[in-house]
Amino acid sequence: MAVQTAETAPAAAKAGDAGSLFAHAFKDALITGLIAIGLLGPLIGFQTIIIDGALGLGYRPGLLAVMVGIIFAGRLLLNLTVWSPNRVPKTRSGPSVFDRLGATVGPGVKPALLAFAAAFPFISFYAMGGWNESRYLIDLGILILTYVMLGWGLNIVVGLAGLLDLGYVAFYAVGAYTYALLATSTPVNEFFAGLLGETFWANWAFWICLPMAGLFAGVWGMILGFPVLRLRGDYLAIVTLAFGEIIRLVLINWVDFTGGGAGIASIPRATFFGIPFNASENGFAALFGLEFNPMHRIVFLYFVILVLALITAFATVRLRRLPVGRAWEALREDEIACRSLGINTTTTKLSAFATGAMFGGFAGCFFAVRAGFVSPESFTFDVSAMILAIVVLGGMGSQIGVAVAAAVMMGGMEMLRNLGFLTQLFGNDFDPSLYRMLIFGFAMVAIMVWKPRGLVSTRDPTIFLKERKSVSGDLVKEGHG
Amino acid sequence: MSDTLTAAPPAVGAPVRTDAPMLSVRGVKTFYGNIMALKGVDVDVYKGEIVTLIGSNGAGKSTLMMTIFGQPRPREGSIVYEGRDITKVPTHEIAQLKIAQSPEGRRIFPRMTVFENLQMGASVDGFSHFDEDLLKVFTLFPRLKERINQRGGTLSGGEQQMLAIGRALMSRPRLLMLDEPSLGLAPLIVRQIFDAIRELNRTEGLTVFLVEQNAFHALKLAHRGYVLVNGLVTLSGEGRELLERPEVRAAYLEGGAH
Repeated sequence: MAVQTAETAPAAAKAGDAGSLFAHAFKDALITGLIAIGLLGPLIGFQTIIIDGALGLGYRPGLLAVMVGIIFAGRLLLNLTVWSPNRVPKTRSGPSVFDRLGATVGPGVKPALLAFAAAFPFISFYAMGGWNESRYLIDLGILILTYVMLGWGLNIVVGLAGLLDLGYVAFYAVGAYTYALLATSTPVNEFFAGLLGETFWANWAFWICLPMAGLFAGVWGMILGFPVLRLRGDYLAIVTLAFGEIIRLVLINWVDFTGGGAGIASIPRATFFGIPFNASENGFAALFGLEFNPMHRIVFLYFVILVLALITAFATVRLRRLPVGRAWEALREDEIACRSLGINTTTTKLSAFATGAMFGGFAGCFFAVRAGFVSPESFTFDVSAMILAIVVLGGMGSQIGVAVAAAVMMGGMEMLRNLGFLTQLFGNDFDPSLYRMLIFGFAMVAIMVWKPRGLVSTRDPTIFLKERKSVSGDLVKEGHG
Repeated sequence: MSDTLTAAPPAVGAPVRTDAPMLSVRGVKTFYGNIMALKGVDVDVYKGEIVTLIGSNGAGKSTLMMTIFGQPRPREGSIVYEGRDITKVPTHEIAQLKIAQSPEGRRIFPRMTVFENLQMGASVDGFSHFDEDLLKVFTLFPRLKERINQRGGTLSGGEQQMLAIGRALMSRPRLLMLDEPSLGLAPLIVRQIFDAIRELNRTEGLTVFLVEQNAFHALKLAHRGYVLVNGLVTLSGEGRELLERPEVRAAYLEGGAH
């Protein structure tokens, strides 16, 4: 169909007058409409229904007409506007609108977003008029920040080192199960009970397990790293995908150790550095002279994940300036050149896997303490895909882009739950939540069409000499940068 | 390093060297699967020399270059550098022995700036004399200084080649290996690059091993040359002497009459 417009376009341009232009556009739209009838007729026009217990055929001419009408009108509109031969195509040179926008508001964006993130629980408190009413918003904030952190963690592996990892959820799971298993372990509990008091382990488990979760996940990152050292691109992606599945299947099947599909429940809650969030005399509320409210714990969790995410971001920024970080980026650009410059690509890759996995492990530990329950259900491939989508949509290697993408994706997914008004439009049979993934998919395609390198495509050099001269990432050949 | 100047061979007469070669490739056979790309190659590079390896497409020039760097490894033969057998040493450790390579196709880091590319070059050497080396590279290629904050991928081909050589020099190499630095460049730029190589050799006594298809320029520049045909060295000798050889002229200089 595109070919046809291309053929008719010069003829229409020569004719020059608006009449023949419209005629061409109309003819093209008509043909498209006919093709749509041919394609959609069997797909939408017919419907199998049960008539008196037997399978019969129903017809939906109305729906078919609406669909074909949309396609016809859309095609006509596009022919007259975007694909019109009289339209002068915009040639773009220099940084794109987004990049220029980024350059002008750039310095202010990060502090503004940070301030908003820090103030978010209080903003929602005042907006919703109480802690209990703002629970939904703060929970959503925690969810978004968890994915921001996972995105930043995966960004080290995918965005900086250029190693496509489809099994990142494995490290999230390792972190979560590290905390779940250690915190609920009776021998560990008894050991600390004998040593430091009855309640010690319940109150301190999270803070002790948090670094351990990162450590274990990092070790697993290296274990994954070894066999895939020689792999790149698609092959690496397949092996990491398998790794993610292996971890999940082990969690399901090793029932004695992990509790299998039933998961692990009643995991100790987070404490305010040893002070539990409960109504007792030694609880957080009593010690700080506040009225007890279960939301204290939720707000505290929000700040925990905010700080964890910021640590991830800060560590990434620092690492990029160190030789190891620059080696990661060079590795992404060209592995052979790296080796001939004397960079040990083995250790560089392993360190990238381990560092990325470590932050995944922290996030997993946080997930376990927030939910109080872990099961293999939470660590499916969907999560890996979502995190990778956040990194890619955000613009690989860009911190702020990943954060924005995480907010848009997770926030957007939640928004799409509240599409009740669509039932008024399409009748009561219409269930908007069924269309969530469809709309979501369209949004992702749209971003990739307009911003093929992600929302923030410019890579910030780690060092400048003299003045800053911004060269847009768009100007570097696709696939070469 | 300036003391090596005296060790540089004179440009007249075929020098008979009594000292051990800096790089000695002996009977190297390299395979790609079952295909023998190098069929027993002997090449010597002495300190202070410019040695060029010429040959047509597919002769195995780049294979020899990469074999010296351990990617791929030779199935037979030995490679000795400064008295040490490096046949089985990992690639990044070979680079740490002060051999720098500008691989075929330049292989600069396209999304990193010129400055970051040059920093990557210095990773072997540490950053103790980074500024000094940077100044030297900028003196050699002033264009790179103008482009310092520009992304490698946005440079022209010639500038990218300058960057690749500059990056290799940042590690303070004792042996510089260049794979087809003239590839795809305008004649004027080729001259600039070759002048820079000559300059490095003359003032710093830098030993250069140059793989080239551009036989005329390469042989004019080099003290000695090797001709590689189908994985075997068929001719070797002084650069200018090779230039006069009828078989070299016929095969590589007069429109490829083979």
